[in-house]
Amino acid sequence: MSNQVSKTELMIAEFEGPAALIKAAEKIRDAGYMSFDCHSPFPIHGMDKAMGLKRSPLGWIVGMMAIVGGSGAFLLQWWTSAVNYPLIVAGKPFFSFQAYVPVTFGLAVLFGAVSAVLGMLILNKLPRPFHPAFNSSNFIKFSTDGFFVSIEASDPKFDKTESHEFLRSIGGRNIETVGNH
Amino acid sequence: MRSESGTYNQIGLHSQETPLITGNQTFASVTDAISEIIERKTPRLWYLAIAFSSSLMIMFFVLIGYLIWEGIGIWGINVPVGWGWAIVNFVFWVGIGHAGTLISAILFLLRQRWRTSINRFAEAMTLFAVICAMIFPAIHVGRIWVAYWMFPLPNQMDMWPNFRSPLIWDVFAVSTYFTVSLLFWYVGLIPDLATLRDRAKSRLRKILLGIFSLGWRGGNRQWKHYELAYLLLAGLSTPLVLSVHSVVSTDFATSVLPGWHTTIFPPYFVAGAIFSGFAMVMTLSIIARKVFKLEDFITIGHFEKMSKIMLLTGMMVGYAYSIEFFMAWYSGNDYEAFAFLNRAFGPYAWAYWIMITCNVVVPQVFWFRKLRTSIPVLFVSSILINVGMWFERFVIVVSSLSRDFLPSSWGYYTPTIYDVGIFVGSFGLFLTLFLLFVRFLPIIAVSEIKGVLPQADPHYGKEH
Repeated sequence: MSNQVSKTELMIAEFEGPAALIKAAEKIRDAGYMSFDCHSPFPIHGMDKAMGLKRSPLGWIVGMMAIVGGSGAFLLQWWTSAVNYPLIVAGKPFFSFQAYVPVTFGLAVLFGAVSAVLGMLILNKLPRPFHPAFNSSNFIKFSTDGFFVSIEASDPKFDKTESHEFLRSIGGRNIETVGNH
Repeated sequence: MRSESGTYNQIGLHSQETPLITGNQTFASVTDAISEIIERKTPRLWYLAIAFSSSLMIMFFVLIGYLIWEGIGIWGINVPVGWGWAIVNFVFWVGIGHAGTLISAILFLLRQRWRTSINRFAEAMTLFAVICAMIFPAIHVGRIWVAYWMFPLPNQMDMWPNFRSPLIWDVFAVSTYFTVSLLFWYVGLIPDLATLRDRAKSRLRKILLGIFSLGWRGGNRQWKHYELAYLLLAGLSTPLVLSVHSVVSTDFATSVLPGWHTTIFPPYFVAGAIFSGFAMVMTLSIIARKVFKLEDFITIGHFEKMSKIMLLTGMMVGYAYSIEFFMAWYSGNDYEAFAFLNRAFGPYAWAYWIMITCNVVVPQVFWFRKLRTSIPVLFVSSILINVGMWFERFVIVVSSLSRDFLPSSWGYYTPTIYDVGIFVGSFGLFLTLFLLFVRFLPIIAVSEIKGVLPQADPHYGKEH
């Protein structure tokens, strides 16, 4: 092993539990690391703040898409029933906007929900079935009862020996470096 | 609140509240308990159950095939009752679905953390119930090969759906409901599929779970977007679930038929839907809890809370029944008054009184703690409530259609063997899907359960 690390490498350290992980996150954030993540079997309350993360922009995406879906549905109903082929049905006006409400609402919700899921996946860079982290046989405990910190080698502050020492000093155990084999 | 038994201890609790999950669970024991249900050898009972349910399902599809071949004349519908069991079944099934969304979305927004034990299979129940529901109007159109006319697809005739009709609102409302429920359910499953992936032994399981868990790594950078997506889906589903059954009720309420043409229908239908859906969740969770030994995860406390919701919604339904009668009299409209007297004392009085007994009288047992903490009582009453709710839709659909304005065009509707067979068969489809779900997917939300354990709190074990 050389000191030269590949950019896709990842340093993983295990921590005791949710409280230890939050403390570790605060220290890693204060040490100036940018590309690190805290892995846990469930979301931990207060972790965003401890890691110094900004709010997810997903709400804006979903809101915009819901408006697109709703207005699209309204325009579609207006165009088909009042412009393209106006038909008298039960003596109602062609542009019966009150009657358009359920479909407008339905499509706003549909667009919002689909964009919530797709937006979440895109922001999370998922699906990604192969990630260096999965090359650690210890790391896969994260989905049961393991609490891990991972620091990416691409982080400007990353140094193989120093980061290792740092993670050990803040309580990390089973520290290992994994890459793409 | 009182505890079911004294078997758990109180270590680490911040409040005096009964713990949601009993049996001193750790993160690992939760994973083990839920994953083992799917990882162990398939029990014999499961094969017996699926053999039974899939036989009914095959009957369902064979009868539908015959229906498409022969036409909907094989049903008992005719003039004047053009909507028979198919529409009754549609409303019945779509109503059942509503409890799943209520549990997954509304209780989530209201921070009811007890929902985590039952939301996964309540959502699965929603999906399967809505699948059953969607089949009925689809086969009722008669010429099913032109069912795509219901969608606004550009065509050479410039023919568009009539957006002023509530039947087309239904197409959009129910299909949106199904899609959103599916997305919500799948998003909830992703972390649990990752848990199963990391435990998988066989190559096939590793590949399949690897694909469907999307490479979930449980990093907080992922949880951040994930949790917001889940919250947004809950926020979008909440008005949706209230709107879907309202739209279903407009199928009736926008017509001019006495007994249908009332403004109380949307809230009345929504309350009834939640009522029947909780009854179905109750029936299924009592069976699942017993069969899979989930007493630590689904406690008597969960059943008590569900029975209180059923008591509330049951009384809302009872209130709607009485207000309908009052309005029929108060409106001074002879046809309205007749429609309701006819319901209670006419040729369908038997159905009406089954409905009243099951939906209004039966839920009153939930007033008593002794009765609402008794599993046999809950099981029997939840089944009776679903019987009652089916009859409610039957009474609404059939009694109004069979005797409207002109006595010369009155009639009496009798279902045929095909009506019965297709309805019974739809239970086969529902149960088959449910059995596949309990065999192959985690029936309890593992990551959510871990989140409500006391040790999940970063301040666990510390004095404040």
